[in-house]
Amino acid sequence: MSTVAAGDHHDHPESPYSIKRWLFTTNHKDIGTLYLWFSFIMFLIGGVMALVIRTELFQPGLQFVDPQFFNSMTTMHAIMMIFGVVMPAFTGLANWLIPMMIGAPDMALPRMNNWSFWILPFAFAMMLSTLFMDGGGPAGGWTLYPPLTLQTGDALPFVILSMHFMGLSSIMGAINVVATVLNMRAPGMTLMKMPLFVWTWLITAYLLIAVMPVLAGGITMLLTDKYFGTSFFNAAGGGDPVMFQHIFWFFGHPEVYILILPSFGVVSSIIPTFARKPLFGYASMVYATGAIAFLSFIVWAHHMFTVGMPLAGELFFMFATMLIAVPTGVKVFNWIATMWRGSMTFETPMLFALGFIVMFSIGGFSGLMLALAPVDFQYHDTYFVVAHFHYVLVPGSIFAIIAAVYYWLPKWCGNMYSEGLGKTHFWLSTIFVNLTFFPMHFVGLAGMPRRIPDYALQFSDYNMMATIGAFGFGLSQLLFLVLVIKAIRSGNKATSQVWEDAEGLEWTLPSPAPYHSFSTPPAIK
Amino acid sequence: MSDKTSKTTRGATKLALAAVFMFSFGYLLVPLYDVFCDLTGLRFTDEEAVALSPQELEEDTSRLVTIQFDVSMNQGMSWHVKPEMQVMEVHPGRVYTTFYSASNRTVGEMVGQAVPSVAPIAANKYLVKTECFCFDNQTIAAGETVNMPLSFMLNPRLPPNVNLVTLSYTFFDITKNASAENQLDSVLAYK
Repeated sequence: MSTVAAGDHHDHPESPYSIKRWLFTTNHKDIGTLYLWFSFIMFLIGGVMALVIRTELFQPGLQFVDPQFFNSMTTMHAIMMIFGVVMPAFTGLANWLIPMMIGAPDMALPRMNNWSFWILPFAFAMMLSTLFMDGGGPAGGWTLYPPLTLQTGDALPFVILSMHFMGLSSIMGAINVVATVLNMRAPGMTLMKMPLFVWTWLITAYLLIAVMPVLAGGITMLLTDKYFGTSFFNAAGGGDPVMFQHIFWFFGHPEVYILILPSFGVVSSIIPTFARKPLFGYASMVYATGAIAFLSFIVWAHHMFTVGMPLAGELFFMFATMLIAVPTGVKVFNWIATMWRGSMTFETPMLFALGFIVMFSIGGFSGLMLALAPVDFQYHDTYFVVAHFHYVLVPGSIFAIIAAVYYWLPKWCGNMYSEGLGKTHFWLSTIFVNLTFFPMHFVGLAGMPRRIPDYALQFSDYNMMATIGAFGFGLSQLLFLVLVIKAIRSGNKATSQVWEDAEGLEWTLPSPAPYHSFSTPPAIK
Repeated sequence: MSDKTSKTTRGATKLALAAVFMFSFGYLLVPLYDVFCDLTGLRFTDEEAVALSPQELEEDTSRLVTIQFDVSMNQGMSWHVKPEMQVMEVHPGRVYTTFYSASNRTVGEMVGQAVPSVAPIAANKYLVKTECFCFDNQTIAAGETVNMPLSFMLNPRLPPNVNLVTLSYTFFDITKNASAENQLDSVLAYK
């Protein structure tokens, strides 16, 4: 602030390598970078947990880990990947990109921005420390259903407190995004001129503000049930364990759209650039995002078809869920129509975006199958469900995040990445991700249950394939790390436009983007 | 600039309040689900057993329904409970009485609570309990065995395709909670 008062203009932070710069920074680009690196580290930790699971499942029988630890790996892997990888990565992208895309100098609430990032390392250190506590880490599944979760040892209050912190961090991040988008747009940047990444994030932010506190409420009830004698979910005291599932999924279903909506924004930015055509159906994209967000609030019980719901409830949640396919279909249609007769080229970001469209759609279709209440009784809690949500999260959200990094990396660091390495990374990731998750559809349909460290012999071959795929996918991501570090250190200088005819205000800034973007508002066409 | 800053602060405050509201809404969901299920009639519990007009109380001797009695102990509950009869053949519209016997083979007094459940779900609201040990919590002294009565009747309007009804109880150990309540009561009485 004092530098601004003194009237001199810094394009670089004062002491770029000191720890204080990163601890006290209020710059949206610094905080975006912190979020993205944090997310990558969590990706490696969560990935190692996934590999522990896959190692145990390489062959039938109990080989390597004790079942309790196996269960705590499945639980922790989910918590890490959802709250530690996908959500922080999107917040990091939002921090980097939203001010540049709407012509703002920074985020609206820079100090809160700093705080919402720096809560995370503490929250996750506390979460990971539970693995070393008496009774082990949480092992009842990331959905924390009582009464099973209440049997967690000393770890339970630490798990709950750290989830409170994660929630607090994402609520603050969301408030910041809404405040920035609503108040900091450059003159002339009307709402319907905003890039779709900004639109999808604005809607995601509202979802976060609406549902993260509900999760906080639900897990607080777990805490008081366990330690303070309340009976929210305790049948002996007049409560009902199914009530937790209703509260949890009231949060949980909007949460899955929180994990995917920003990906839609990323893909909607990338496809037009490499198809060299403007996005088809911009307005319908905005309305479809809104419709998905609205519908996400009225479909929660499709996660719990088997709890013994009345028929009317099953029918309502089944039809409401199937309705979501309509706005999602509009989006996929628009992306394909954007590419129709475009002059397409296939640089790495485009490859990941195309992979996203194909494989996210596979996950979408298996979701439609799961939405059917009568057949869900067979699919419930099998590997089919595991295959479904990994298809929408890994080649869905994660691919979109990787695509975003490739697309905007030259803008961030000023150098082009190695296209050859990038394409290798794409093909290895795509082959291995399918090798990992496609066989899970078959074992799931044949009845292999999830969250169990052993399985019947007839599932052996497919599980072996999945394990090989998982190791391949995990190792391919190290290539991504090498590529990003190489691009930061060296590489061909990027132009400010970076991509031929890329649309958007961020491409009017020089590469690398100056420390402070748009101190004077840009002119909007 | 300051105008814009105050607008931002106001907006952020509103959003923070919205987050606080949603936290309370999470708690509000607990009664709201009950209200919603009552309004739409989606839930069946004993309290809502279908009310009977006097002429319907006539025993339907033409029909025999099998009713099974089941019991299980929740984790950590050490009582030994068994139903006096495992299976009864009953006429709808007539009140029957049976017993569950429970013994506490531990060395301390224990308080238990039974929570009923009826299968199939469609039969739930037609099984009327007129007297049940599940209405209150039960205290059993160390080493004692008690017979706990249960009086019930099947509503004659029980759907004709239901010929087998299972009534299952789960017993919960609530000694700790009950003693905490007693302590609280005595503290309040002392004051």
